[in-house]
Amino acid sequence: MNKTPFWRTTWAIMSKDLRAELRSRELVGAMLLFTLLAIMIFSFALELDRLTREEVVSGVLWVTVVFASILGLNRSMAMEREQGNMDAMLLAPIDRSAIFAGKMAGNFIFTLVVGVLLLPLTTVLYNVPVARPMLALVLLLGIWGFSTVGTLLAAMTVQTRARETLLPIVMLPVVLPLLLAAVRASNGIIADAPSEQWQAWPQVLLVIDVIYLVMCLLMFPFVVEE
Amino acid sequence: MSAVKEMPVQQTSERSEGDSMLRTRLLQGLTVITMLAVLFGAYVALFVVGTDATQGEVQRIFYFHVSAFAAAFIGFSVGVVGGALYLWKRHEKWDALALAGIEVGFTLSLINLITGMIWARPIWNTWWTWDPRLTSAAIMCLTYAAYLMLRNGIENRELRRRFASIYGILAMSTVIFTLIIIRIRPDTIHPVVIEPQIATQGAATDAEGSFTMSVTISQTLGINSFIWSVFLPLTLIWWRVRLQNAAEHVEQLKAKLLEQ
Repeated sequence: MNKTPFWRTTWAIMSKDLRAELRSRELVGAMLLFTLLAIMIFSFALELDRLTREEVVSGVLWVTVVFASILGLNRSMAMEREQGNMDAMLLAPIDRSAIFAGKMAGNFIFTLVVGVLLLPLTTVLYNVPVARPMLALVLLLGIWGFSTVGTLLAAMTVQTRARETLLPIVMLPVVLPLLLAAVRASNGIIADAPSEQWQAWPQVLLVIDVIYLVMCLLMFPFVVEE
Repeated sequence: MSAVKEMPVQQTSERSEGDSMLRTRLLQGLTVITMLAVLFGAYVALFVVGTDATQGEVQRIFYFHVSAFAAAFIGFSVGVVGGALYLWKRHEKWDALALAGIEVGFTLSLINLITGMIWARPIWNTWWTWDPRLTSAAIMCLTYAAYLMLRNGIENRELRRRFASIYGILAMSTVIFTLIIIRIRPDTIHPVVIEPQIATQGAATDAEGSFTMSVTISQTLGINSFIWSVFLPLTLIWWRVRLQNAAEHVEQLKAKLLEQ
């Protein structure tokens, strides 16, 4: 039997997710509301004055993005299971890794939308200018990594008994290297440090992204084989 | 999910009695050798090697602290190898090996954390500090705790083995991260103990709090790390695999009993 080409499958799964989201607006809406709440809670909890704000803003930003992405990942995988679409995709003559690529691209776009909206939001609420092109690039690399590992792990945890509770527990330790590189890069950019002081970090981020992407593409077929 | 049937458990215990006895004897012998070797290492570390001039007696904990990490690293590596082999060959013995490696590695990394804390109390005047190295080591332990939770959360055995293998491979990234973090974060106060000789002899080491070791100290460290990372994981993993096999056997017998 002829298989549908990899890219067409990926594109089809991604556009299915995007279309479903455009019509229901439940995922991005929930993630955005969560980020807004998280930023406010951080602001209360840390009792921030101007100087502290500048120091902690990149940490707050990244923690918020990670949790928002976990929220989205859980939902996006649970949806596939509940509606039985996962079984349909597994029956279809397509590459298993294309399913991963499609789901991952969808999760990546949702989280990126939230992350990009978060930048002006943080600028306004924390009064620290974080809406910069370089920071958006770091955000893109970081979210890329989160969605890669997250999609693989969410596909696993959705099949377990504990379901939603397990994803953050298994995902947070594994994304830690990404988080470190991302926070270091953002700190440098926000502090207006000369670029040679922080430009290694986006590169580190890129390397980790590529490693995780290859690992996850290779291992995803083992997650869904049934 | 219900599409997956419980795999019929293969009968692996068909070895002849004599073979099994030989293995048991071999393992018992190995256990004795390991115990003697660990005791020898401890003797050298505690009584033979000289006391460190600046840190005093507490420096001796290094010999166990570093060795425990080296041994844990071996355990986690066995977890990766076992997981990869399970995904490839689909024989449950590889998953048993991976589980054994990771449990042994987890225990040893806890020893590593605890000995580190005991050392830090007099030297840094605190049990714990949120230093990057310490944080990443703690998170490494938590990753493997998450591995054990993931295993417990899945009832289907085949699914459990498969997912555990995948996560065991992914989790290795936190171990590697812990290994390299003292090189990439300049602000850690954790000493860089094992370093290429050239770097130590060079003008300056980049990590703060690093110190040059005398020859006897590094030799003792080498002996202990060798004993801990070769004999200890081998023996413990072997015992743990046997325990796993015995548990599987009991499960089979239970299932057989219920069928009747």
